[in-house]
Amino acid sequence: MAGPVLDLCDVSYHWPGRAGFALTVPSFHIAKGETVLLLGESGSGKSTLLSLICGTILPDRGTVNIAGRNIAALSGGARDRFRAEHIGVIFQQFNLLPFGSVADNILLPLRFAPARRKRVQDAAANAADLCTALGLPADIMTAKASALSVGQQQRVAVARALIGQPPLIIADEPTSALDANSQAAFLDLLFAQTRTNETSLLMVSHDPRLGARFDRVIQMEEIAQTERTVA
Amino acid sequence: MIFRLALASLFARALTVGMTILAIALSVALFLGVEKIRTGAKSSFADTISGTDLIVGARSGAVQLLLYSVFRIGNATNNVTWESYLDIAARPEVDWIVPISLGDSHRQFRVMGTTPAFFEHYKYRQGRSLEVAEGVIMDDLFDTVIGADVAATLGYGVGDPIIVAHGLASFTQHKDQPFRVSGILAKTGTPVDRTVIVSMEAIEAIHVDWQSGAQVPGQSTSPDVIREMGLTPKAVTAALIGVESPLQTFALQRAINEYPEEPLLAILPGVALQELWGIVGIAETALLAVSAMVVVTALIGMMATIFSSLNERRREMAIFRAMGARPFTILSMLVLEAMVMAAVGALLGLVFLYIGLTIAQPVLDASFGLWLPIETPTLRELWVITGVICAGAIVSLLPALRAYRMSVADGMMVRT
Repeated sequence: MAGPVLDLCDVSYHWPGRAGFALTVPSFHIAKGETVLLLGESGSGKSTLLSLICGTILPDRGTVNIAGRNIAALSGGARDRFRAEHIGVIFQQFNLLPFGSVADNILLPLRFAPARRKRVQDAAANAADLCTALGLPADIMTAKASALSVGQQQRVAVARALIGQPPLIIADEPTSALDANSQAAFLDLLFAQTRTNETSLLMVSHDPRLGARFDRVIQMEEIAQTERTVA
Repeated sequence: MIFRLALASLFARALTVGMTILAIALSVALFLGVEKIRTGAKSSFADTISGTDLIVGARSGAVQLLLYSVFRIGNATNNVTWESYLDIAARPEVDWIVPISLGDSHRQFRVMGTTPAFFEHYKYRQGRSLEVAEGVIMDDLFDTVIGADVAATLGYGVGDPIIVAHGLASFTQHKDQPFRVSGILAKTGTPVDRTVIVSMEAIEAIHVDWQSGAQVPGQSTSPDVIREMGLTPKAVTAALIGVESPLQTFALQRAINEYPEEPLLAILPGVALQELWGIVGIAETALLAVSAMVVVTALIGMMATIFSSLNERRREMAIFRAMGARPFTILSMLVLEAMVMAAVGALLGLVFLYIGLTIAQPVLDASFGLWLPIETPTLRELWVITGVICAGAIVSLLPALRAYRMSVADGMMVRT
């Protein structure tokens, strides 16, 4: 089996301009197919960590390996392309382009990821299958994203993250906008899909009650140190 | 797909985008309209007289000769003697010659003495002839044909009497020899509209009792006596000439300019019109510059709209970034969006122009004699549209660069 899908080593980062906030991650990794819940209060550096993993910011030092590739060594454009190819992202809410159809939204990452696009034989059919698997009505593909309920939007976001089977899914509190029942149903569907595809999942949340379903639950403090100095 | 999404994004903001496009469309329509009027006025102006190869008058300046002989503005410094006129008329190059005698007026309008050949040879707007709207061309010595503006301003109809004043803005009138309106010309948009036309002989007739510009006291010859007199003109103010072959124009012009008996001047009407346009055309250019500024203002308005949309679209940009779009993609999307708005605006402006032209064309022709042709867009107009699209792309670069910087700084994380 190949190495870990995600492997951070000796990473440190400080926000430029915003004096007094720095994040260091000595070591953090996720194996293939592993589901990890990362718990942390707001302001604990979760978002910064996700940005480092996604490659929208660069660490001051250290390596961020995704699928065996150190993205910290890539150029900006290459990192964007790499993210498109290897990571599916699910936000807290407002995941979708409101003016696009559901199909537009699901197929969007393929536009930036040729290799991922090639893995999907028939993109439209694949998107429809994902929607069915996620319990969305069959005729939803042509619906406008803005017409969907929040729960439906989150599921469309999952379909978008999963299409073309990227090895890693990053979810940033995807359930926080949902009520308790919907949360459970949403997680059921998400896990069913990651298991089928052997996709690794890193979910960030502040809600420890979700922990039981994950392979591993990690507190932000366990893997990262944040520094705050009053400027 | 990106293009389609950009369009969908524009549609989602239909109201503000629509207003922006409307502003661009109106400004483009204004600019093209002014341009249309400018070229229309220029060609109408150049078409004031056509078919005439040379205009001959006493030696002065080309523009001055054109002004008084064609536009009835200003006065001749001198006349051309009848002998010289006959000499020129007898030259082999001359196909036709029409004498013009000016100097008297009726109310604010000039009176022009000429021969019936004037109606045959005076052409305007690419060879159109004068048409009589009412009545007939004069057939009596004291008949007159008046231009459309004269009839409209003074409310004259066929058969009405006219008394010609001596000189311009003068209180002495040729009361003894009243004229009768025999015909009214159709509107031409040329100075003919503002002219009272009589025969050459009539000009002589009303001056029978006059010497050195003043009426001889107590002397009054009745019209019936005058009819019996030989009324050979002593002089003409100017003459319009058509040559046998265009190749002879310059030879004839030179011959007239070097005429030994009298200092004469022959001009090419087209050249003199161009020269005159160079003077009066400046105002049109200023108008064009102002309407160009309106287009620039509309584009800056579009830039402001894009700027103000950036904040509410931060989320949208973060989604694109998360999906793997490069900051450059975000920049190009905004520029593309601006180009689409500018293009739609410019094309809509063209549509507005044609609608406006269709409505205004008959009105402008009737009231100003300004003929604006409705034709397929000229190359120049297409360049204007291309220019507006490019300018739209350029002004959108500022907000697009800001979006670029925002999307680099935000990455995919936007706290909203």
